[in-house]
Amino acid sequence: MRGARSPSSVKLSWRMLWRDWRGGELQMLAAALLIAVTSVTAVGFFVDRVERGLQYQAAELIAADLVLSASKRIRPRFEQQARKRGLRTAHISQFRSVAVAGERLQLVEVKAVSAHYPLRGTLRSATAAYVTDRPAEGIPARGRAWVQPRLLQALGLRVGERFQLGESQFTITRVLTYEPDPGGDLFSVAPRLLINLDDLPATRLIQAGALVNYRLLIAGDAPAVAALRDELALQLRPGETLLGVQDGRPELRAALERAQRFLGLAALISALLAGVAIATAARRFARRHLDTSAILRCLGAGQSLVIRAFSLEMLWLALLASSVGVLGGLLTQSLIARLLEHLLLAELPPPSWRPLLGGYATGVILLLGFALPPLLALRHVPPLRVLRRNATGPDARTWQVYSGVLLAMATLLYWQLGDARLVLYVMAGMLATVGLLGVAARGLILLLGRLRARVGVAWRFGLANIARRPGASVLQIVAFGLAIMVLLLLSSVRDDLLRDWRRSLPPNAPNHFLINVQPDQVAGMRAFFAAQGAGAPQLHPLVRARLTRVNEHPVSSEDYPDERAKHLVTREFNLSWADQPQADNRIVAGHWWTAEEHGRPLLSLESGLAETLGIKLHDTLGFEVNGRRLTFTVSSLRQVEWDSFNVNFFTLVPPGVLDTQPASYITSLYLDATQKRRLGELVKQFPNVTVIDIEAIMNRVRGIMDRVIEAVEFIFLFTLAAGLAVLYAAIQANQDERRYESAVLRTLGARRAVLWRGLVAEFLTLGALSGLLAGLAATALAWVLAEQVFHFDYRFNPRVALIGIVAGMVIVGSAGVLGTRSVLSRPPALSLRQGG
Amino acid sequence: MEAPSSENSVQALGLGMQVRTGEGPLVILDDINFCIAAGSSVALLGASGSGKTTLLGLLAGLDRPSAGRVLVHGRDLEALDEDGRAQLRAENIGFVFQNFQLLHGLTAQENVMLPLELAGVEHPRAQAAEFLARVGLERRLGHYPNQLSGGEQQRCAIARAFAARPTVLIADEPTGNLDAQTGARIIELLFELNRAQGATLIMATHDEALAGHCRERLLLQAGRLV
Repeated sequence: MRGARSPSSVKLSWRMLWRDWRGGELQMLAAALLIAVTSVTAVGFFVDRVERGLQYQAAELIAADLVLSASKRIRPRFEQQARKRGLRTAHISQFRSVAVAGERLQLVEVKAVSAHYPLRGTLRSATAAYVTDRPAEGIPARGRAWVQPRLLQALGLRVGERFQLGESQFTITRVLTYEPDPGGDLFSVAPRLLINLDDLPATRLIQAGALVNYRLLIAGDAPAVAALRDELALQLRPGETLLGVQDGRPELRAALERAQRFLGLAALISALLAGVAIATAARRFARRHLDTSAILRCLGAGQSLVIRAFSLEMLWLALLASSVGVLGGLLTQSLIARLLEHLLLAELPPPSWRPLLGGYATGVILLLGFALPPLLALRHVPPLRVLRRNATGPDARTWQVYSGVLLAMATLLYWQLGDARLVLYVMAGMLATVGLLGVAARGLILLLGRLRARVGVAWRFGLANIARRPGASVLQIVAFGLAIMVLLLLSSVRDDLLRDWRRSLPPNAPNHFLINVQPDQVAGMRAFFAAQGAGAPQLHPLVRARLTRVNEHPVSSEDYPDERAKHLVTREFNLSWADQPQADNRIVAGHWWTAEEHGRPLLSLESGLAETLGIKLHDTLGFEVNGRRLTFTVSSLRQVEWDSFNVNFFTLVPPGVLDTQPASYITSLYLDATQKRRLGELVKQFPNVTVIDIEAIMNRVRGIMDRVIEAVEFIFLFTLAAGLAVLYAAIQANQDERRYESAVLRTLGARRAVLWRGLVAEFLTLGALSGLLAGLAATALAWVLAEQVFHFDYRFNPRVALIGIVAGMVIVGSAGVLGTRSVLSRPPALSLRQGG
Repeated sequence: MEAPSSENSVQALGLGMQVRTGEGPLVILDDINFCIAAGSSVALLGASGSGKTTLLGLLAGLDRPSAGRVLVHGRDLEALDEDGRAQLRAENIGFVFQNFQLLHGLTAQENVMLPLELAGVEHPRAQAAEFLARVGLERRLGHYPNQLSGGEQQRCAIARAFAARPTVLIADEPTGNLDAQTGARIIELLFELNRAQGATLIMATHDEALAGHCRERLLLQAGRLV
C-alpha cells in the first residue's frame, strides 16, 4: 500500500459526480443550472435572432448593412474587397444642383444611384403627387427621373414632363414617396431627385471641386459584413467614413437601444435569479457533504485533493448541465420563433453560434461564482468531524462567497449590458435591494416573535419554525421575495413599463414637419390648422448659425478625430429659443434659465452633442449668425428624447437674445388621413413652406417597439421559470433539518395534522412577508427602471404591494406545502437514523 | 525526520490539549505519555468526557495538540502539514467508528472502495468485494447503508478500515451502537482481521469486557493517564 501513486482528482471527481448524482445530491443544483442555461440560452438565441432581425430592419434605414461614405470617389479596392467576401454592392453619388424647367429654377438634392439600389429596404413611388404609392421596381431608367412632390410643385411640372439638369434632359416618370435612406438632414430645403448613376457623366455636373457625397453600399452575410467593416476601418483616409446600421437616424437608434435594454434586462433577470437558486442549492449541497469531506480527509485525502475534486465535480456538472441547457435553449427558441412567426419579423435570421458559447459561459460562471465558494469551505471541515459530529469548521468566508457572487454577477451583467457604469449602477441597486430586503425581513421576523403567544398550537409551531432559524428564514424571505418581485415585475409592473414606453410614442405623435415658415405666416398657419381641426401647432423659431469658436479657440474639423464630430462642427446649427424646456427634454447638468436670465447670452446644449464635441458646462461657444459674431455660455446640458418625434434642437438660447435676427419657423404636427389630403391647399396658401412626411419612419419605430414588447413578454416566461426554481431551491434548502425536526416531533407524539397545519402556517407567513417586501421592492425598482433606464414617467400603483402579499401567500404557501409533504410522509425512524 | 521504528508503532510524548471557553482555558488532556509496540492491541478506557475521543483524534492526526508530540512509526505528526498528515493516514491508519460513518449516497462496495481509491490502488472494486466477503457481506455489495442493519453497517465499516491494509487501526467505541450479541460478533471479527494483518489496534471503550480482548490498557481520568 505504501508508496502507491496518489489518486487522480479528475478520476475521483467523476466518481463523486456519478455517485452524488445517483444519490440524488445534485439534482436540485443541476435543475437550477439547467433552467438558468436553458432560459439564458433560449433568451440569447432569441434575442440574437430578434436583434439581428431588427438590425436587418434597421439596415433598411441606410439601404445597406454597411455604407462607406466619402467626399472623393470611392477607391475601387473597397468594392473589390467587398466582392471578394461575397457581398453585394451599389453606388450612390449625391450632391446639390439646380433643376430648370422653363423659367423656373429649383435647388435640388440629386441622388444618382446604380443598379441594385437599395440593397436593403424598398423605394416607394406613385404615379402623381399625393396619391397612393406602391413599392417601386428597380431604379429610374436612363434619361428618367423620380422626384419628390415638392419638386413638381416648385417647378410647376407634372409626371411625364421634362426638366433640365446640367447638360441633360430628364423625363419625370414617377413621384418619389419613400426612400429607405433619406440620410442627412431631414429638413433639407432642397427636394430629392433620383436618377440613374449612368446618366451622371452626361450632365457634366461633376467637375473638379464639386461637393459630392459618394457612397458605396454593402450588404450580405453578417459575419462577412462585420469582418469587412473591421478591415475597411483600418484603411480609411480623412474624408472617408463607415456607417453601420447602428449609426442611422437618432430617433431609430434610440428606439433600438431601448429595445436592446428591455431584452437584455429580461435575460439578465433570468440569469441572476437562477444564480440565487444555484447559490441556495449549493449551500444545501455543501451542508450535506460535510461528512463526505470529513471522511475523505480522515481516509487520507488532503485539503488540496478535496478542493480539486469538488471544483472539478462542479465543473463537470456545469458542462453537462450546460450542454443539455443549450440544447433545450435551442429547441425552446425555435418553438417560440415558430409560435411568434406571424407576430415577429416576417423572417427571423437563423440563430448564430454566439449564444451557444454564451450558454456554456453562463453555466460555468453561475456555478463557479454562486456555488463554488460554499463548496470550497468544505476543505475546512476538520477530519475530527468523524469523531465529533458538531465539528463543522468555518463556513465559507463571507468575502469569498460575496466576491464569487459579485464577480459572477459583474461578468454576466457586463456581458449583457456592455457598459461598465451601468453594471455598477445595476449591481449597487441589486445589492441595496437584497440588503434592504434582508434587513426588513429580519425586522419582520422579530415582530413575529410577539405574535406567537397569541396564536394556536399549529401557528405557534409554524411561527416558531421561522423564528428559530432567523438566518435561514431571512435567506428564504429574500429568495422568495426576489422571485415574487420578478413575478410582480412580469405582471403588473411590466405592463405599466411597457405601456408607458408605448405611450412615449402615442398614435397621434407628430407625423409631419413643416419648415421654412416665415414670421408673418405664423398666425395664418395656426389659423389654417385650427380650421382643419388639427389644433394650433406650436411653432418654433429657428436661426441658422455656424459654430466658430469654443472657449475662444477657433473651431476646425481637424481638431476632432471623430468623424461625427468633424461633421457636426462644420454643419450649420439651428439655434432656437424657448422660455421653458419641452417635456421630452431633461436637464442633466446646469440649470434652465430663469425669467430674469432672459436676454442673456446663455445656451442649453444637447448632452450627446456636448459629449461628441467635448463641450462642458460653462464653456463658451462663439457662433456666426448672419455675419455677426455672438458668444454664448453653456448654462445647461439636456438629454433629448429624439424618438418622441417632437421638434427638438441641439442648441437653445433664452428668449430675447436672437429675437431680432431673421428667423424662420418650424413645427411638427399630427395629421390624419383626411387632414393629410388638405396639404395641397396648405402648399397653395403658403408656397414657400416645405412639408415633410415622416410617417414611414414613425411606423418603423412603432413596429420595432411592438415586436420588442412581444419578444420581451415571451422572454419573461423564462424569468418566471427561474423565479420558480428559486422558490423550489429555497424550500429544499432546509428540507433535511425540517425532516429531522418533524421526525422528532412525531416521535414525541405530534399528530401529522398538527405538523401539516404548522407547515401551512409557516409557509403562508413566509409568503406574506416575502410578498409584502417584494411588492414594495418591485414598485421601487419599476420606478428606478422607468426614470433612470428607460426615461419615462412611472405612475405608482399601490395595489402592487397587496398583490404581492396575496401572490406570496398563494405561491409560497402552496409550493412550500407541496414541496415539504414528503417530510410528513417519511417514516420518522428513517429520518432519525439518517440524522435528517 | 526520524526513521520509522518497527518497535514503536505509536508514541505520545507530553501530549496535552486545552480549549478556550468563556470561563477561561479548559484542559482536556494533560501530559499524556505512552508507547505502543507494533502489532499490539491497546484498550483506551475512561468515562464519558475523560478525553478518549480527543486522544484518538490526536493519535490519528485529525487534530493538533496544544502541547507535546505524536509519533506514528517514528514520524512526528507535528512536522507534517495537513496534506502530509492526510497521506500518512491514507497509507497507515484505518478507522472504525461508533456511528459507522458510512456515506449514505454510496453502496457498501463503494464505501469500501473509497480508501483504496484515495490510496491510488488499482482495481479497487475487486478488492472491496473481497474485503466485504471477508466480513460476510458478499451479498450486500450494492446495498446502501440505510438498507443494512447496524451490525452490517459496522461490518462494512470494518471492511473499509482494513481494505487499505493499515498498520494502525483506531476504533472508537466500535460496539457502542450495537446490541450485546452483535457487538460480540463485531469484536470477534475485528480482532480476527487485526491478527491476520498484524496491525496495531487502539480502541477507545468504556466496556471492561471489551477491553479484556486487548493486550494492554490505558485508563484516562479527567484528561490524565492513571
